[in-house]
Amino acid sequence: MAEKSPKIDIRTSPYIRRAPTVTEIMRHVVYALLPICAYSIYQFGISALASMIITTSACVATEHFFCRMAEKRSTIGDYSAVITGLLLALTLPPGFPLWMGVVGGFVSIALGKALFGGLGFNVFNPALVGRAFVQAAFPVAITTWTPAFAENRFSEFIPSTLAFPFMTAEPTADWTLNTAIDGFTGATPLALMKFQGIMTDAQDLFLGTVAGSAGEPSSLLILLCGAYLIYKKMLDWRITAAVIFGTFITAEIFYLMDPSKYPSASFMIFSGGLMFAAVFMTTDMVSSPVTPLGIFIIGFLIGFMTVIIRLFGALTEAVMYAILFGNAATPIIESFTQPRIFGARKDKD
Amino acid sequence: MSLLKLFGRKTFPKGIHPAEYKEQTSAKPTRRLPFAPQVIVPLSQNIGKPSIAIVHKGQSVERGEVIAVADGPLSVPLHAPVTGTVKGIELMQTPSGAKKDCIIIDTQPSSSQIPIRGEERDIASMSREELIQAVKDTGMVGLGGGSFPTHFKMTVPEGKQVHTVIVNGCECEPFMTTDHRVMLENVKNLILGIRIAMKCVDAGKAIIGVEDNKPDVLAAIKPHLPQDGSLTIEAVETKYPQGAEKMLAYSLLGVEIPAGGLPADVGLAVFNVATLAEIGRLLPHSQGLIERVITITGDDLEKPGNYIVPIGTPLRYILQYANFTGEQAELILGGPMMGTAAASLDTPVTKGTGTVLVLDQRATKNDDILPCIKCSKCLQACPINLNPCELGQLAAKRRYDVMEEQYHLNACFECGCCSYVCPSNIPLVQYFRIAKVLNRERHLNNG
Repeated sequence: MAEKSPKIDIRTSPYIRRAPTVTEIMRHVVYALLPICAYSIYQFGISALASMIITTSACVATEHFFCRMAEKRSTIGDYSAVITGLLLALTLPPGFPLWMGVVGGFVSIALGKALFGGLGFNVFNPALVGRAFVQAAFPVAITTWTPAFAENRFSEFIPSTLAFPFMTAEPTADWTLNTAIDGFTGATPLALMKFQGIMTDAQDLFLGTVAGSAGEPSSLLILLCGAYLIYKKMLDWRITAAVIFGTFITAEIFYLMDPSKYPSASFMIFSGGLMFAAVFMTTDMVSSPVTPLGIFIIGFLIGFMTVIIRLFGALTEAVMYAILFGNAATPIIESFTQPRIFGARKDKD
Repeated sequence: MSLLKLFGRKTFPKGIHPAEYKEQTSAKPTRRLPFAPQVIVPLSQNIGKPSIAIVHKGQSVERGEVIAVADGPLSVPLHAPVTGTVKGIELMQTPSGAKKDCIIIDTQPSSSQIPIRGEERDIASMSREELIQAVKDTGMVGLGGGSFPTHFKMTVPEGKQVHTVIVNGCECEPFMTTDHRVMLENVKNLILGIRIAMKCVDAGKAIIGVEDNKPDVLAAIKPHLPQDGSLTIEAVETKYPQGAEKMLAYSLLGVEIPAGGLPADVGLAVFNVATLAEIGRLLPHSQGLIERVITITGDDLEKPGNYIVPIGTPLRYILQYANFTGEQAELILGGPMMGTAAASLDTPVTKGTGTVLVLDQRATKNDDILPCIKCSKCLQACPINLNPCELGQLAAKRRYDVMEEQYHLNACFECGCCSYVCPSNIPLVQYFRIAKVLNRERHLNNG
């Protein structure tokens, strides 16, 4: 030993840790979202790309701004704002006007997160708060769907993308007519189901050759990306499984009651944003329950609500409302699903 | 019974799998550490009242001689770890962090340091009461780290019956290999110690539980086991905290020791292997506990290994002997999950010190504490099914009463799994310790 006494550090146990940090978890979620973004860009072209960049930038800038306002260190380095931005962009129509995307990104972080105290304190999934806001504020733009695989998608923007702030977006009907690939109806599979009673083949849904939000079309890709996160232990598969299970059971019951009137369970699972939501939205750690039973109940409830709203509600954005409802119910569900502790005495508890 | 059991591997649900770091010392036979020029023997080394010193300044003591007597049923006597001269009884830094009265003995350099022996005893002919008293006379406390007086554990509470003794050889903490070495090198003493424990608690059966990362131990002990099945050895899954008595009892027998209860409530008594091996060694010769096997391990040590160390040897001497080459480190008494950090190089090792662990600056870097993101990793790690996430948030709000009354704070035995897995680096266990202390104070103030 050296002549001089060594300096002694003092901490409290445990002295070793292995956990991936919050930043690492968030970064991997971003990695998992990237293939979905790439596929979305491949489907919808530069409009989708611009939407992602602009929306994400808006989220990150808002986060930074509010940290400055609160005079605390900027938390943009933890990637959570990036996730919010990407999630929001992926739930929007690909031709959504960019300025509206900025509004959505701002509201996501400002109302959905910063207002509650930042990361870890938000009650609702911030991206869905932003989504709900733009849904209410811009009802036309948010239900204007454009076709996937338009031929000129890499050379020109969907006209609505570049709408000036506070101006109504240019109608895309003509553009759609000019560019549409064969058979494009301008409606999403869910809208077809709801308003025209047309069912889309589950295989098309699975592989993503249909219209829809930027991130929802390919269930297969979403599942693969989710599997990566589950493998990394950065995604709670129990929630995803419970949502899908809840959707399946509820949809199947209706389908069995009247197969001519109600869609099949596989259609429900693979259509709309359900798979995307089940993998990336409901599993948002902050706004989902921590208790094992609570996780199952909330997951099931979200699946159940989704089917009910889809079948009987006036809108097709069922998943979003179901999740926001699930988020709101989380504290109360947690409070009565506390785990039974090891060795709890039967006579006392 | 849990799903895990259906697959045949004896284990408990949840817990964590930290890296083991045992290879540095596990294969090295135990050696004797030389005597330090001075030893510091705290009068309080275990739960219960401090012992009462019966030596005075300037008195010569012989190695193994009684230097302090027990004060009440939870207290034990102390024996001189070295032959030498009492320098005084002074307040010194102890592993618990507080300064406490310690008997300081200057080692006599010329002494042969052969411990004195009492009368030879015939264990087989001794009654239960005689055995328990004999255990108390050795000054034995749990060597696994709990430091609970062993004679007290061997006294079965009124109205309870013990049918099985569980011998805890899991050693689930990373870095530690003392129990491993004791089980390899002291099989005969261990088995005698188990027999004594079985007789004391009147149990007909004993099971040695060993983590399945120690196949050499299974091979070494099996030939010595009796044919009648009264004493068996079982491998359990290597997982932290398998060595917690609640977890081990569940892994081996599928029973839950009640929260806030004792193993005796479900007919069990749990002892650490090193404790019983030491009883088996000391009792026949009426000797006292004056030394123990300690794993000296970690970063920047030239001579890590398992050493027989006299109780009271200061850390400064241990680091000198193991040749610590670093400039700055964390000195941990115990394992990296539950040990305590020593605040001074003059801190002595005590009866409960199983490991001296040195972690360098690499390990001691402090990450920022981030807000809880409710990832529920802690719930998936907590072996006793608490909700550390909620407890942590309540602690931040100082709602210590709610933590205790609604979230079972007192069932937490501070294994550290929750802090280990927390991605936000929240020192959950530390919050819980503080909450427990403040609750205790509050209860005292309220009468």
